[in-house]
Amino acid sequence: MQTVGCVDARLPIHSDMDLVWVRQHVRQTAAQLGFGLVEQTKLVTAASELARNTLVHGGGGEVEATVLRNGHAPGLRLAFIDEGPGIADLERALSDGYTSGDGLGMGLGGARRLVHEFAVDSSPGNGTTVTVTSWTVRPPRHREEH
Amino acid sequence: MPEHETAGQHGSPAREVGDFLRRRREQVAQRWADTPLFRTVFTVSRDEAVEAGKAVIEALAAVASAGRVEDTEADGFTVVREQLTRTAAARSRAGAGSAQVSNEVDALRPPVVDLLVADLSQSSAEHVRECATAATVLMGTLRLVVMESALNEGRALIDRQRMELLETATPVIKLWDGIVAVPLIGTLDSARSQVVMETLLESVVDQHARFAILDITGVPTVDSLVAQHLMKTVAAARLMGAECIVSGIRPAIAQTIVHLGLDLGTVVTRASLADALAYALDQQGSGIVDPVSRGAVAR
Repeated sequence: MQTVGCVDARLPIHSDMDLVWVRQHVRQTAAQLGFGLVEQTKLVTAASELARNTLVHGGGGEVEATVLRNGHAPGLRLAFIDEGPGIADLERALSDGYTSGDGLGMGLGGARRLVHEFAVDSSPGNGTTVTVTSWTVRPPRHREEH
Repeated sequence: MPEHETAGQHGSPAREVGDFLRRRREQVAQRWADTPLFRTVFTVSRDEAVEAGKAVIEALAAVASAGRVEDTEADGFTVVREQLTRTAAARSRAGAGSAQVSNEVDALRPPVVDLLVADLSQSSAEHVRECATAATVLMGTLRLVVMESALNEGRALIDRQRMELLETATPVIKLWDGIVAVPLIGTLDSARSQVVMETLLESVVDQHARFAILDITGVPTVDSLVAQHLMKTVAAARLMGAECIVSGIRPAIAQTIVHLGLDLGTVVTRASLADALAYALDQQGSGIVDPVSRGAVAR
């Protein structure tokens, strides 16, 4: 019964400066929707990780922000889209400590733990889309095992 | 006026406009001095506005005579580019948006075209139309030049400020003998964290510091890259014999770090800068004595 709104904002991710924009936009939108400080911080941090993945591993792309309403509480969906090389081994990419660059390897798996819903659509050569959603009030049925 | 009869008989419309601008420089400048653009920028004296207008007209005449009415890169503009940039900058400082500045520059066009048409009353309608078109195109080019200069100025300003931010955002403060602190503010990207690490390590040497406090109260987001930068800085300071303490970890940040799965176990962390200082003083064996509770004279 959740109604999917149209995309509210589409931000480019092509440089470090764009990452700052993405973080600020997510923080502002989340605050307006009524997210608590902790959930705001978690969502912004997840967005920061995923946007950096889009930039570093996907060679740049964009993020689509959509405001959702599932009846009782608003939520924010962020889709990070790139047309990079894609992820060959998703299981491994999600595991902590694995990195194809020189980072800590906590980005993708860490981001999954920071949001309520998490989905990756990727195959080698076809780019990657990571979609995350958080709600201002966590719906009990959507709870993920950690 | 015999001169404009001869001018009207030969020469391209652009040349004709150039000649007209030189001939009517004074009149056009007088009219421009009353437009919002000049009136708001040159508030001190009207003569100043007229002089500035004359310089711009001179440049436009040179551009027109060279037959390059559509060329924003024409040599003629070089002389007045700085003046135009300053004018546009003054307007935007006064709160005018780009569209408004653009419209104000556009308001310089009607006086020119009106005077031109009046001057050419003896010429054929066809010729008048051609000349008016050339003048309009020329004024459109001026508008582009102004907006372009303003944009370039803005970009240069942003670059300068970014460099300034790199320089100023990382002061290293001596808190006590052997204890230095760096209050980190804003986004910790790779370039900034490199500067932070360098200045911190230098001050560890200069101040003979045994403790270095990195305060992240002003860092809005701590993600894995920021954490990695912090840990690298801590490790480097440790190699130089200084212990690093990360302070200013807010509750929301702490929970986020835990969920993200970052292991800061090797780093000494404290909630506030005061706690970090107390820890460092305690480790050094020096402490702060509260004179009131001791009931004794101060220190």
